[in-house]
Amino acid sequence: MRKITAIIRREKLEDVKDALELMGIHGMTVSDVKGRGQQMGIRESYRGMDYCVDLLPKVQLEIVVDSEDLERTVEAISENARTGDVGDGKIFVTDVIDVVRIRTGEHGGDAI
Amino acid sequence: MLNSGDTAWMLISTALVILMTVPGVAMFYSGLTKRENVLNTIFLSFVSLGIVSLLWFLFGYGLIFGGDVSGIIGSHQVGISLINLGSASKYAPTIPEGLFAIFQMTFAAITVALISGAVVERIKFSSWILFIPLWFALVYVPVAHWVWGGGFLQNLGVHDFAGGIVVHLTSGIAALALALVTGPRYDQKLMPHHLGYSVIGTGLLWFGWFGFNAGSALSAGSLAVNAMIVTNTSAAAGMIGWILMDRLKTGKPTLLGALSGAVAGLASITPAAGFVDIGASIVTGLVAAVICYLAVSWLKPAAGYDDALDVFGIHGVSGIIGTLGVGLFAVPALNPSLTSGGLLTGSTSLLVSQLIGVVTVTVYTFVVTYLLAMLLMKFKGLRVEREEEIQGLDINLHEETGYRLT
Repeated sequence: MRKITAIIRREKLEDVKDALELMGIHGMTVSDVKGRGQQMGIRESYRGMDYCVDLLPKVQLEIVVDSEDLERTVEAISENARTGDVGDGKIFVTDVIDVVRIRTGEHGGDAI
Repeated sequence: MLNSGDTAWMLISTALVILMTVPGVAMFYSGLTKRENVLNTIFLSFVSLGIVSLLWFLFGYGLIFGGDVSGIIGSHQVGISLINLGSASKYAPTIPEGLFAIFQMTFAAITVALISGAVVERIKFSSWILFIPLWFALVYVPVAHWVWGGGFLQNLGVHDFAGGIVVHLTSGIAALALALVTGPRYDQKLMPHHLGYSVIGTGLLWFGWFGFNAGSALSAGSLAVNAMIVTNTSAAAGMIGWILMDRLKTGKPTLLGALSGAVAGLASITPAAGFVDIGASIVTGLVAAVICYLAVSWLKPAAGYDDALDVFGIHGVSGIIGTLGVGLFAVPALNPSLTSGGLLTGSTSLLVSQLIGVVTVTVYTFVVTYLLAMLLMKFKGLRVEREEEIQGLDINLHEETGYRLT
């Protein structure tokens, strides 16, 4: 089992969710985050003073999948989150030791 | 003879109606949009008050209320320097003319602000700034003159107590025309980001509406009292009506539905507040809620226009219902300006003139607004760029954000 952590543009969330749903992947955790990579900040201006805000709002998706679904899931996220501009985000893949469905107590792949 | 009681009340009424625009409408609207557009939505209403306030005393008041040329438009400029603050206008004989002028200004300001609700989340700010003076001059000024300033509709017997035609019908129809030309948003889902703002906005509107309707009595007496009573009653009936519709159609009563129903009730009683009694106001509010509910939940999706915040669906439709309601329910004993009663008293002439008023203003407003929007689109563009619309207007158009959440 693998965990996918994807940090994407806020406005791309719907596209990514729709694409994953088409693939049969429903489970995910979404959080509001802020961060930066290579994207320069945005400018905010109040009463004549300019500020550069360089931690930009993004959305973080966390999804756990079976290893055989990993490649196509990453592909789906990557393609649907892409605009081609700096700031599209990143995907991190990590190993998962166990998954438990709390309602039933199932372990492992069945619990995904 | 100037009366200090009337003057005191009208001073307050003026301030109450300002409150309806700033921040009443602004808050009501901004709670309903996406969080990335909250500031821009508010800004559209605020700037409307700013620009109209200035244009009013430059030429607006004079061209509406300063005399008459062939029933079409006013005849002379009455700038603030020319208004003798100690004398009264024939339209409001017991208060200083300057007060009548600034009271009327607040109506013009809110009419313009209301239109913005149709084109939020995509209109270019500079285009909105241009739209305001042009629409004010080409639509609001003539229509207000026709209905309130001695123009041909008033002479035909059209009765609009506080703005069912002049404010709600014009803003609703203009909103529809502008929304059609501007085109739909990429994301048309109605997912309010902060209904609490809309609650605050509705409360301020309800409170301020007493200035709007009861203030249109232009005096502090029984006519104002009647207006206050029917205004509150229609709002209450509208709220209940919409809650019932929610329960019937989608199963659960919603807070947004209650707010919308109250506004529909308030808007629909506006043209009638000084002409009808409490029984009529219950019917008016209920009917407005039901029909507006259908306008926003059935007509809009069926027809496909993106009147984002239902300016036509609520204000436009309520304005029509209430204006025609005058033709049904008007009671001459309530108001000496009524030469005949409504259909319930056995006379059809008032209903006919109300219908003429509604049709005339609807057609004129739609055509002129549509052409104005087309011209603006051609020479300036009406919409922001796609990326700006998707990312949000606050940061792109104003370099500000409404929230600092993280």
